[in-house]
Amino acid sequence: MGQTTVTHDSHAAHGHDHHEQGFIMKYFFSTDHKIIGLQYMFTGMFMAIVGGYFAYAFRMQLAFPGMEVPLYGTVGPGEYNMLITNHGSIMIFWVAMPVLIAAFGNILIPLMIGCDDMVFPRLNRLSYQIFLLSVVVLFMSFFVQGGGFGGAWTSYPPLSAVAEYNLTDWGASLWLIAVALEFVAFLIGGINFVTTSMNARAPGMRMTDIPMVVWMIVLASIMFMASVGPLIAGSIMLLMDQRIGTTFFVPSGGGDPILWQHLFWFFGHPEVYVVLLPALGIVAEIMTTFARKKLFGYKTILYTTFATGGLAFVVWAHHQFIAGIDPRMANIFLVTTLLISIPIAEILFSYIATLYGGSIEFRTPMLWALGFLITFLLGGVTGIYLGSSALDIYFHDSYFVVAHFHYTFFPIAIIGMFAGLYFWYPKMFGRMMDETLGKIHFWGTIIPFNGIFLPLFLVGMAGQHRRIYNFQHFPDLATADLQGIRVFATVSMVTMLLFQFVFAYNFFVSMFKGEKAPANPWKSNTLEWTVPSPPPHGNFAELPTVYRGPYEYSVPGNKEDYWPQNMPDRN
Amino acid sequence: MIEYFVPGASTYAGDIDFLFDMITIIVGFWFVMVLAVMTYFMVRFRRKEGVRAAYISGDPHSQKKWTHYPHYSVIALDVVIIVFTVMVWVDVKQTLPQAEDKIRVVGQQWSWFFIHSGPDGKLGTEDDISNVNDLHVKKDTVYHFELESRDVLHNFSVPAFRLRQDTIPGRTITGWFEPNKTGVYDIQCAEICGYGHGIMGATIVVHEDQQSYDAAMESIRNRTYESDYQKRLQKMTVSTASNSESFTDKLLSSF
Repeated sequence: MGQTTVTHDSHAAHGHDHHEQGFIMKYFFSTDHKIIGLQYMFTGMFMAIVGGYFAYAFRMQLAFPGMEVPLYGTVGPGEYNMLITNHGSIMIFWVAMPVLIAAFGNILIPLMIGCDDMVFPRLNRLSYQIFLLSVVVLFMSFFVQGGGFGGAWTSYPPLSAVAEYNLTDWGASLWLIAVALEFVAFLIGGINFVTTSMNARAPGMRMTDIPMVVWMIVLASIMFMASVGPLIAGSIMLLMDQRIGTTFFVPSGGGDPILWQHLFWFFGHPEVYVVLLPALGIVAEIMTTFARKKLFGYKTILYTTFATGGLAFVVWAHHQFIAGIDPRMANIFLVTTLLISIPIAEILFSYIATLYGGSIEFRTPMLWALGFLITFLLGGVTGIYLGSSALDIYFHDSYFVVAHFHYTFFPIAIIGMFAGLYFWYPKMFGRMMDETLGKIHFWGTIIPFNGIFLPLFLVGMAGQHRRIYNFQHFPDLATADLQGIRVFATVSMVTMLLFQFVFAYNFFVSMFKGEKAPANPWKSNTLEWTVPSPPPHGNFAELPTVYRGPYEYSVPGNKEDYWPQNMPDRN
Repeated sequence: MIEYFVPGASTYAGDIDFLFDMITIIVGFWFVMVLAVMTYFMVRFRRKEGVRAAYISGDPHSQKKWTHYPHYSVIALDVVIIVFTVMVWVDVKQTLPQAEDKIRVVGQQWSWFFIHSGPDGKLGTEDDISNVNDLHVKKDTVYHFELESRDVLHNFSVPAFRLRQDTIPGRTITGWFEPNKTGVYDIQCAEICGYGHGIMGATIVVHEDQQSYDAAMESIRNRTYESDYQKRLQKMTVSTASNSESFTDKLLSSF
């Protein structure tokens, strides 16, 4: 597959001696950032299938309660809780993070800043190995007695702390261990992203010449590192409550369930920006390339991203407005939460301003990038409803929340993933994907996506609460109208899932049959497009020198409408 | 707009619904504007043969102002939302108006248990009336509720009142409501509490007057009460599917 072509090609590319490695050494223990990146990519994509499959099963149960779900089986109450818990956990920890940060970060950063690998390649290797272990542990949790954990991805105690309450004794602990291992993997990986980007840039690349996606991954890594510590501590405390009878979070032993919530959300809120930033970065690279335009307000975007990153650390208790915290605290978090909409709005406005005066080509990656902006915009504005503490009294734990966060997470994790995949596929695999199939995949994803989640705002307004396996138990919610909405959402979901086969076909077949890709099929400026597709081991035959920023498109006086960063003269 | 889906039945339901409507106007305006601008740019600046893109950095003020000014108005509108939100929040969650009656609400895996204050109007006395599944209250009466949990976190949720509040084991959480519309409404548990979270419902009955309420209390006391909760469940129009119907039959019949 793609991994083969990455290392095999030009050995002539670098001078040093290179003995032939066995298969295991070359792939299982490879320290090449491109192989590690692809390993994260494929693992993440596989987990997306698992997470999507779980969503299919529980949405089918909601639309057709009590019926056996085709290709799954019956979904009872305990099973339902396991499915929603692991759907959420998988999508955030095992899809969004590995694909957006670890895969794109690993593949792109050395190439985009002009060096031959990450500064700590063996640490990089270790991070993937720990990540893979976390996947194995998560799967183990599904097969122990009691089954997988069903206490939601937020894992609130006392439910999560006491096996008698959650009925998934080892499932709960294995889930927790899997999450903790994933955190460790990303802490280790993050060291490389930050250090490499700051220390290993090619000569001439100033801070403001760094491509936005690199900045975004660096900032995301820093935010992750700064926020995850308290939760790792909390997870160990929870694990101790589960396994050795401590009562950190159990009131009968003097503990406080609210403590967990603070530790969780202090991480949980920055986490959503951790995954947002790389997606924003990917969209920036694509929009500038396909609009042939300089990114509008590079420094503005950078500084507002710093502001967003900082503010992200002081909004967490908007998840706890009605949790039983002192109600006066809610006012503080109301203010900070609404304030954070401001830098994000500025970033989105800057992105849209990048289109002004452009020469826009609607190739598949650009469709995904624009689709990201529109859907994320809706996600962002619906967040305002929830940030309003008083309105959250009604909407807390309702489907309004579910719809809101899917309108943010889906653009981030799925649209962002596809945008990046379609854009960098030629570079990674040396082939072009089919453009028509790409467009079919795009429309077949984005339209049904809206068909799933737009109606869910409405059922949320009708008071429908979350994490319920069968709404037929609630007379006010068991109306034909609401059930009709549930069926519509499920049918949209199945439609959307079916269109993913178009992508799978395109993705795998193009690897072998796709038109061979030149080094720079999109005529883009950044350094990764100056090396062959796919890049050889060692990346650059000669270390590049950088002369300008990454977005010098359509510069007056140039013959070409792009100007690669490493080109000394006018283009 | 929430009213269209769930008629409000408490005095603060209208305030919360107002917040929703106000925010909808504000963000709706923004959303439509931004979408319109974006669509215009996508159409106007699509690639045309021989036409080159402009070179715009967005750094000088003359260009930056196009993102700065909208951004200042976002700040202004946020302040408006904050002010109205605080007013409603303080009213619902921070102040306790004088109680005219009290109830205790106890959540446990997986049902709701209610203790009405009885004729003396005081909780914790001999004449309290307890009931599982059905909570009885009177219209136009200010209630203080005391929320408790026997085991894990639950959430006392009454959509018709626009009320949700987590319950925490080991603590009693106090709040208030004043029903202002007679009727029978769902109570939900809105915090995942394990295997039976999906069946942890109850019913709240808002009585028109003291007589109706007293009759209900009397029937509970002498054990002739027929649970409104059970009656409502039995009456439901959309039944759970039986296994004898095939999946495709069920799918086709829902359209």
